[in-house]
Order: sequence, then structure tokens, then C-alpha cells
Amino acid sequence: MINQSLKNLSQLLASKAVSSVEMTQTFLERIRQYNPTINAYITIDEEKSLAQAKAADSLIAAGTATTLTGIPFAQKDIFCAKDWRTTCGSKMLANFIAPYDAHVIAQFNHVGAVNLGKTNMDEFAMGSSNETSYFGGVKNPWDLTRVPGGSSGGSAAAVAARLCAAATGTDTGGSIRQPASLCGFTGLKPTYGLVSRYGMIAFASSLDQAGPMAKSAEDCALMMNVMAGFDARDSTSLNHPKEDYTAKLEQPLAGLKVGLPKEYFAEGLDADVAKVVDEAIATYQKLGAEFVDISLPNASLSIPVYYVLAPAEASSNLSRYDGVRYGHRTAQYDDLMDMYMKSRAEGFGEEVKRRILIGTYVLSAGYYDAYYLKAQQIRHLIADDFKAAFKQCDIIMGPTVPSTAFKTGEKTDDPVAMYLQDIYTIATNLAGLPGMSIPAGFSASIDGHDLPVGLQLIGNYFDEARMLNVAHAYQQVTDWHTAMPKGIE
Amino acid sequence: MALTIPDIKRIAHLARIEINDSEADKTLNKLTGILALIEEMQAVDTTGISPMSHSQDVVQRLREDVVTASNQRDAFQRNAPAVDRGLYLVPKVIE
Repeated sequence: MINQSLKNLSQLLASKAVSSVEMTQTFLERIRQYNPTINAYITIDEEKSLAQAKAADSLIAAGTATTLTGIPFAQKDIFCAKDWRTTCGSKMLANFIAPYDAHVIAQFNHVGAVNLGKTNMDEFAMGSSNETSYFGGVKNPWDLTRVPGGSSGGSAAAVAARLCAAATGTDTGGSIRQPASLCGFTGLKPTYGLVSRYGMIAFASSLDQAGPMAKSAEDCALMMNVMAGFDARDSTSLNHPKEDYTAKLEQPLAGLKVGLPKEYFAEGLDADVAKVVDEAIATYQKLGAEFVDISLPNASLSIPVYYVLAPAEASSNLSRYDGVRYGHRTAQYDDLMDMYMKSRAEGFGEEVKRRILIGTYVLSAGYYDAYYLKAQQIRHLIADDFKAAFKQCDIIMGPTVPSTAFKTGEKTDDPVAMYLQDIYTIATNLAGLPGMSIPAGFSASIDGHDLPVGLQLIGNYFDEARMLNVAHAYQQVTDWHTAMPKGIE
Repeated sequence: MALTIPDIKRIAHLARIEINDSEADKTLNKLTGILALIEEMQAVDTTGISPMSHSQDVVQRLREDVVTASNQRDAFQRNAPAVDRGLYLVPKVIE
């Protein structure tokens, strides 16, 4: 059951072969068994999950169930879920009980899906390894001495270790796609504006997007049908016509033009990762795709631009954590200023503080033009690069991450080394384009573990259905996406 | 763009985050690396390029100026560090 697709799980429930309560209990049992080692979940509430499962079973009995009814999903702890502790991986919100549902949570509730629990993540979504979480790191189920990636590391480990049917994540600079690559599953970041950010704790408002993390493109498409849609409560939500993201899945790929950015195949890319990507390209050629070389000349500036814009927006968003109305308040303070300074110093971890400081600096008087404005201008150039590229191709492909999962602690002393994990994913967020990572093979590590390698897809604005089709076609002729780590049967 | 310890302290104060000397020192080292990364932007000519904050050509949506939210103060204040009779308690603000 734990390996079944969402469609098969839905059929098992519809045929009454298994109930939602039984399905939920199966996953809760696995969480009890494996979460102490993997630390994928921060909060479990069996009573709440089972109550939802029971309600789902009633819908199924009444014949009013839809595809995701009764299926248990892991929710990244960045989504406010009513009456659930919602921590965002931070001490600042360690005891925060959300008084309302994020739009994403409400959408899952609306179709009768089950909330299995809140997953671990880098603090305030700032990180690429889940090592900045106040609640401890997460182990990569493929090799417990390595990181799962981040910031959606908990959701990633939960999907890879089959501790959920599928999970939600968020992606600001690669936080769905990079963990998908490091943990061997399928993740999608939608076009900016397609999935409402209402109730999703803000990191960088012009970049954050929620998306599905699941065992296949088809599963991601089914989740997108539930997650995407206009929401008036998010001022950046786009009024895009409702779409069925499964509609184009089976389309043949003959004639598809795929662009390969030369900047994504240059120095810095691991030879083993390049090999896997090359083999995936060969598979796509057999499926009828034609490959063209393209260039994203400003790609190398993605990282500096992102590390101006994201911290700047974060410094603004995180100014709400002042110890006044919610969140951590320091125990001893002389006056209001002292209360602010100590609460924030105690409540935030090192990486978060670093990014707030950078953000504050680049927005401060005398520096705004040189840094923030400049970054916004280069952002425009980066988006224009993609516009030009999409005149020559229908979709772009390349590696998701330069290498495979690294060891815990390997990059924690060097922030810049950590930031370079996102070198291929960040431009997509800056341009607001949709992107995916799909499992494309493995690379053997020095100590004998097979580590997953992801292939990145970048689509044009609103082209998710085609991107899912391109991913699905590959998953029909390969089985990388069905592989499971050893030791967690 | 070389930062100094007084710079770090000034920025930390702007960000309302308390920082002591040894923390400021550690932070300076880590930030210097990140700021060197950001400097790469200066090499690019961006004359005449408009800044981009959103990929789609959209305008901020407006709505009718009517009350649509309901009063949920009690629910929201369950997370408050200190409240009294519906008011959030903080140290004296006005001298």
C-alpha cells in the first residue's frame, strides 16, 4: 500500500478494500517506527488525523468522494493548519497553534484528504539541507549520514521513506526541486501566482510558491488539481482559468523541442550527475524529443541576485516576529526595545539572523539603489533570457543540482557553499516560471551508497500540464521514480 | 563594501536583533563572504533596464471598502504572550 500511486490508493478506498482509517493507521504506524530515526515530522496528532480519516470514510460510503478523499498527506510545517502546532522549523513559533487554515490546507480538507502531520524544514524555509531547523536535522532515507536537501527536507524524507502517500512543500530558490533530486522523487514548483500563499508563512513574497512532492508526475498533477486556483485573500494570486493538470499526461512527445542551457552543463557540475542527465536526454530522444542548445547568459548572476532579493524580502516579512502578539517573547526585558531585541535574538537561528541582516543592509538608506534595485534589474534580464530561450524550444532541461546528497555538517560552516546548491534552480524562481525535478538515475557515493540524481524541467509560464506530460512520458519508459531506499520496508 | 563590527551592530539594531561583540565578530566573517558574492552584480550594465518584481504584467487588485472579516480576537489571542481584557500587554511605550 505504501508504494501505491494516488490513483491506486483512491481505487483501494473506492472498492472498500481498505478504509481511510486503515490507510491512515498504516502510515501512522510507519511514522512511529521510522520517524525517531529520520525526523521527517515535527508534529503528529494521531487523533486529528484519524478523525479526518473517519469523516473521509463517510464521504466514500456516501458516494461523494473524489480522487484524493481519504488519502493521507504530509504537510510542510510552513502552512498554517487550524488547531495544529505550526512552527516553520523555528523556536520563534515553537508553541504557535495556528488559528486558521492556509488556503493549501483548506483545499486538501475540502476534498476530504487526511493531514498526516507537519513536516520538518529549514527554519523559515531558509536552507538547502534541513540543518537549520530548530527541531533538528532530517536524515536522507537513501543514506542516513546525508542530508535530504531543503528547505522541504522533512516532506522529502517522508515521501522517499513512504511515511505518507505524498507531501506538500514550498520552493523559493529550489526548496522542492533540490530535495526531490537528493531524495529521488518527483517535485513541482508552479508558475508564480498559481497556488495561493494565504496562510503560508512568508519568507520571500515575490518568490515563494507551494507545490506537490510525490512519487510520480501523475500524482503531482492530481495534487495540482487540488492546490492550484485563484484565492482573493492572496493579493498575488493570479486569476488563471482552472485547469485539469492530468489532461495532457498521455500526449506523445514527437516533435517536442527541448532546450539545453549551456550554462547548466559547465564547470561545477559533477561528472556522475552529468552522465545520468545525458542518459535521460538519450531516453527523451528515443521518445521523439529534439534537443537544441540554448543560452541563459545571465544565469551566473542568479545567486547574487537571489541573495539580495530573498534576504531583503525576508527581513521585511520577519519583522512581524516581535514578541508582541504571538511567537517567542523573551523572559526578561527592561523596555519595549529590549523586548524586541532579545526576543528576536533568542527566537531566530543563525542562518535566519544572517539573512535578516543582509536584507536589512541592502535595503538601508544609501544602499537600496546599489543592491536591491540593481538586483531587480538583473532579475528582469534573467527573465528575458528565458523569454528568448522559449522562442527556440518548448521546454528546458538540465540537472537539478550540481551533485548528489552531501554529508550532514559538510556545508554548515560555509554559507556560500550551501547557497551554490541552488545554482540551477534559482533562476526559475526569479523568473516566476514553473519547474520540476524528476528522478533520472543514481550515482554511487564513495562509501558505496546509491544516491539519487534528478533531472530538472523548466516550463514556460502556465505550461505545467505540458511539463507534467513530458515528465510522465519518461516515467512510462523508466522506473527510477519507483525505486525505494533499503531498510525501510 | 567592506563591513566593520560597528556596521554589523548598526544593522542589527535596525533589524531589532540584539548582538554581542563575539557574535558580531562571527557574523562579520560569514557576511563578508556573502557580500563578496553579491558584489558580482556590479559588473553588469543595467542602464535602461526596468526593475522586475513580478513576472506577469499585473496590477494590484482592489476590492470594495467593506468589512468582510469577522472578529476572532479570542482565537488569535490564545497565542499571545500576555493579554488582559482583550489587549496585548507590552512594556510602557510612552514616557
